[in-house]
Amino acid sequence: MCKVKAILINEVGLARTLTRLAHEIVERNAGAKNLAIIGVRTRGATLAERLVKRIEEIEGVRVPLGALDITLYRDDFRRRLKQPLVQATDIPFALDEMNIVLVDDVLYTGRTSRAALDALMDLGRPASVQLAVLIDRGHRELPIQPDYVGKRVTTSIGEEVRVRLKEKDGEDAVLLVEAPEEQ
Amino acid sequence: MGLSSRHLLGLEGVPAKDITLILDTAENLKSILDRPIPKVPTLRGITVVNLFFENSTRTRISFELAEKRLSADTINFSAAGSSVKKGETLKDTVRNIEAMKIDMIVVRHSAAGVPYFLTQCTDAVIINAGDGRHEHPTQALLDMMTLREKWGTLKGKKVAIIGDIRHSRVAGSNIRGLKTMGAEVMVCGPRTLIPPGIKEFGVEVTYRLDEAIEWADALNVLRIQLERQEKGLFPSIREYHNEYGITRERIARAKKELIIMHPGPINRGVELDADVADSEASIILDQVTNGVAVRMAVLVLLSGFDNSQESLR
Repeated sequence: MCKVKAILINEVGLARTLTRLAHEIVERNAGAKNLAIIGVRTRGATLAERLVKRIEEIEGVRVPLGALDITLYRDDFRRRLKQPLVQATDIPFALDEMNIVLVDDVLYTGRTSRAALDALMDLGRPASVQLAVLIDRGHRELPIQPDYVGKRVTTSIGEEVRVRLKEKDGEDAVLLVEAPEEQ
Repeated sequence: MGLSSRHLLGLEGVPAKDITLILDTAENLKSILDRPIPKVPTLRGITVVNLFFENSTRTRISFELAEKRLSADTINFSAAGSSVKKGETLKDTVRNIEAMKIDMIVVRHSAAGVPYFLTQCTDAVIINAGDGRHEHPTQALLDMMTLREKWGTLKGKKVAIIGDIRHSRVAGSNIRGLKTMGAEVMVCGPRTLIPPGIKEFGVEVTYRLDEAIEWADALNVLRIQLERQEKGLFPSIREYHNEYGITRERIARAKKELIIMHPGPINRGVELDADVADSEASIILDQVTNGVAVRMAVLVLLSGFDNSQESLR
């Protein structure tokens, strides 16, 4: 277990943040018409599920939900020491003419978002794609700018942001930890 | 997370976790084939040579499609019309191709052991697409994927392999893979087409087709290699069909749901009646579709191989 340097968001804070993000998404899109939420696997997909529930509570409409695996679109696929697991992309609706909100847990270099955009464009032609992230920790390597941000955090390269979600990890929290040394 | 070997030479000694990883990955890649743009950029910049020293239709097309779906650059080589006909050795052929900067080689050859031999003379990743009577690992993997799709698991399931076991690399790889994954395997065919010592692989043996049908949950029916018929390993095609041909009547007698598989190409009316091949019990075309997905999975997993974990194989 890596050393935890700070708790960035606790359980209550996470619930509050997601509610705010859901309101922002609905406000910006003037409702839920033609709106769809797609989460980047794995934790982005869980956050997307929660956002869909909150939007339903606000608007009384359940917007389409999808999950996107971007492994096959990564630009570091053959460089990583540990091979990433290819998971299923599950988008059970047509993307064409939809306003898509892409959801990820942490925005860092921007390479994951770039891969997600490429993957989406291979699946259809959405009217627009917006980006929602729980944490923006900076250090961008590509010109990617989120539309909705849960929390902006100033981090150093030697740190990592870990998002823990009840569905996967048994608790809701966002932690700032010391990055493990490369093996 | 990753395969424990840098090459895919066969399924002998391949652990269950590797087979499971390949099948899981293939299952997730299969949906790409149904997309409006059935292509992902994963192997962009990777060059794959399909080195076919033996005739092949579906395996070669299947590999080529898998490579193209992953955006790899592909080169097709067939022995006919190549410098092999001028007397060039296998080693020289491969080293010359490698000198043109390639990354992976998919090889089919009539001699067992050629894929292993190639690992000794090139740095490229080697994938066996069938070597003599030895192994045809991607065929067995696609067979296992198709059965797993049907059953959800292979553990405890009974698969009978029917026909020319002696000359079949498909049977060899299937027996190894299915046993590793916890399935039970029976082989069935004329005595002349069942190799001695096959029981050492932990398989049941029968020479009576009705017994195999009674025992099995699925029948993997092998092609009778008509070209070998001249050697007199069984009296006649008609007699083979009478004794070992899968007919609707025979299946009906078993009074149970049975899955029918065949690696193709089918000799209709010999090992398999046409109406059985086209029946609801047949998953032959699923096998073909899954073949592309399995080969995509193998290419993806071997292209991202973690060299720090390289085993001796």
